[in-house]
Amino acid sequence: MSFMAMLSLVISSTLVYSAPLIFTSIGGTFSERSGVVNVGLEGIMGMGAFAAVVFNLTFAGQLGAATPWLGLLAGAIVGVLFSLIHAVATVTLRADHIISGTVINLMAPALGVFLIKVLYGKGQTESIGQDFGYATVPGLAKIPVLGQLFFEKTSGPAWLAIFVAGISWYIIFKTKFGLRLRSVGENPQAADTLGLNVARLRYSGVMLSGLLGGIGGAVVAQSISLNYSASTIVGQGFMAMAAMIFGRWNPLGALGASLFFGLSQSLAVIGAQLPGLKNVPSIWLQIAPYVLTIIVLVFFFGKTRPPKADGVNYIKAA
Amino acid sequence: MIAQKNNLSVAMFSILFGLIVGAVIMLVFGYNPISGYVALIGSAFGSMQDIGGVLTQMTPLILTALGFAVASAAGFFNIGLSGQALAGWVGAVWYALSFPNMPAILMIPSALIIGAGLGAIAGFIPGWLRAQFGASEVIVTIMMNYIFLFLGNNILQNTMSKSIKESAETTKQVGANASLQMKWLTDLTQGSSISAGIFIALLMIVVVWFIMKKTTLGFEIRAVGLNPDAARYAGMSAKRNATIAMAISGGLAGLAGTIEGLGNYLNFFTQNGSPSIGFDGMAVALLGGGSYLGILGAAAIFSVLKIGGLGMPMSSGVPFELVDIVTASIIFFVGARYLILLMQKRIKAMDEKAAVESANKKAAKENKNPQKGGE
Repeated sequence: MSFMAMLSLVISSTLVYSAPLIFTSIGGTFSERSGVVNVGLEGIMGMGAFAAVVFNLTFAGQLGAATPWLGLLAGAIVGVLFSLIHAVATVTLRADHIISGTVINLMAPALGVFLIKVLYGKGQTESIGQDFGYATVPGLAKIPVLGQLFFEKTSGPAWLAIFVAGISWYIIFKTKFGLRLRSVGENPQAADTLGLNVARLRYSGVMLSGLLGGIGGAVVAQSISLNYSASTIVGQGFMAMAAMIFGRWNPLGALGASLFFGLSQSLAVIGAQLPGLKNVPSIWLQIAPYVLTIIVLVFFFGKTRPPKADGVNYIKAA
Repeated sequence: MIAQKNNLSVAMFSILFGLIVGAVIMLVFGYNPISGYVALIGSAFGSMQDIGGVLTQMTPLILTALGFAVASAAGFFNIGLSGQALAGWVGAVWYALSFPNMPAILMIPSALIIGAGLGAIAGFIPGWLRAQFGASEVIVTIMMNYIFLFLGNNILQNTMSKSIKESAETTKQVGANASLQMKWLTDLTQGSSISAGIFIALLMIVVVWFIMKKTTLGFEIRAVGLNPDAARYAGMSAKRNATIAMAISGGLAGLAGTIEGLGNYLNFFTQNGSPSIGFDGMAVALLGGGSYLGILGAAAIFSVLKIGGLGMPMSSGVPFELVDIVTASIIFFVGARYLILLMQKRIKAMDEKAAVESANKKAAKENKNPQKGGE
């Protein structure tokens, strides 16, 4: 295998594994910036994956190659609806955020598999008809060397995710909405005094996490697992949560952390194909990403500071 | 006292609402909720074997829930109970299989200590890393869940000698010298996999309650959890207490895993994902609402639903995932206790209003009467 081919294999599989984490960790960032801790990302991803697979199986015949992209939309819509449970519980009903998030995580696989059994009569679906596969970005693929590495036979959703990361950074740090969102996450009382609607902003934060988490799940389902079962989403949501914290509640940080996790996960998968890593026992490749994460976290990042009112319910004085 | 009474009534209402949510879902999808719930009760309490199954299910959940509660008291979100349990499970089974001739009186205590100890180490690491370096325990425990998952499977598949393995994916059964199963219990429950683990779990409820509520260590752990700065100002070491709390938490999870290995399954087999007892234990602790008796009750409800749910598809056709939906809904209502408290307040207010109105009416009547008499 030539060096270029190797490099391009590593890059493309890194992007495939990073994409769902990027979407979801940015979703988590929106939620926690508004002050709502979201440990339910795992469950939201699960519902997104469920919706995308059902959509894909139902419409692949009519929609052809556009199906997986519209599947993202299906995942996003169901993700938003599902995240509303979390929003209602935490913002309106003053529930503990961890409890509500745990409910989301318990509920999602149960509901997903229950519905799959009702719809298809068995615990897991057939493989989907249209998946993301590998795409070539038109135009950019023509750039010498870089085009071949990054834009030929690459993951479409990953580039969308990177684009979303940029937009999200702009929204959170450069727009009025972002400033308001951050202010209710830091000091809801002050925000309320200035006339901001704390509840509405927190709802939008949580719903954005549902939107992006649902898309993240839909990406997993349509580019990695290719079907839906109870084991489609096992831990990616927690991984995304880790990426969010690692990225210090900043979309670009979350992007970087997700790419790092994606790279290390992909090395465990494709390691056997790479000459340098062929002789390393697979167990080291398997645990390396997680050990590395801990080491990096401990020695280079140290203390992370969440938004000040993250996880604190705001009870408006009557 | 009042708070506790409130907790209990919130729990009762939550269970009721959770079951109603389940019934509505069954109705919507064309199942008969009555036959569904009858099947659930039947398969949870139908025979001594079922009851044995419920108790077997409860055992690790009590322990992981206790673990979650201790960590929470110190201000830690221990999401790594699964990995800590796995460490105990693999370690204890490996140890038990390696010394098949050790007498039970030595083997069982040492295996329990090794299992709990491995869990404690697994809990200590994230605790210490946060106390010392400020590293988020959430990230570290999530990562450690994966590490233990892969390490456990790798030890089973590549490190353990062939002589203690049944196949590439399963170890042999542990010998009678390490088994926690007791003949009279097994006979009583018609061959369920119940073990002495349930007594260990019940004992640990008392032990943990005692440590947390009656000792200096427990007081300091709770103080550190409530306000680390104030605790430090009062001369307590926040770092030391937080680390100890995480080690206790991990130790309890490790014990849960050990009992799964030496009591329930009697072996270790390749895991496809982190054992669910960790996450379920978290749910049980949340359902228990921070009280130790609450954890016992919550573990019982959780297990009745789980075991009962297994019988639902056979006799009523309802997929058993329904019970997980019910469980999740119950915890939702516990979390959203504000809703239930608000309802209770409304009902009380309505009662009072009605009482006042009827009293007014009565008074009005009585006022009228003498007027009449006066005419």
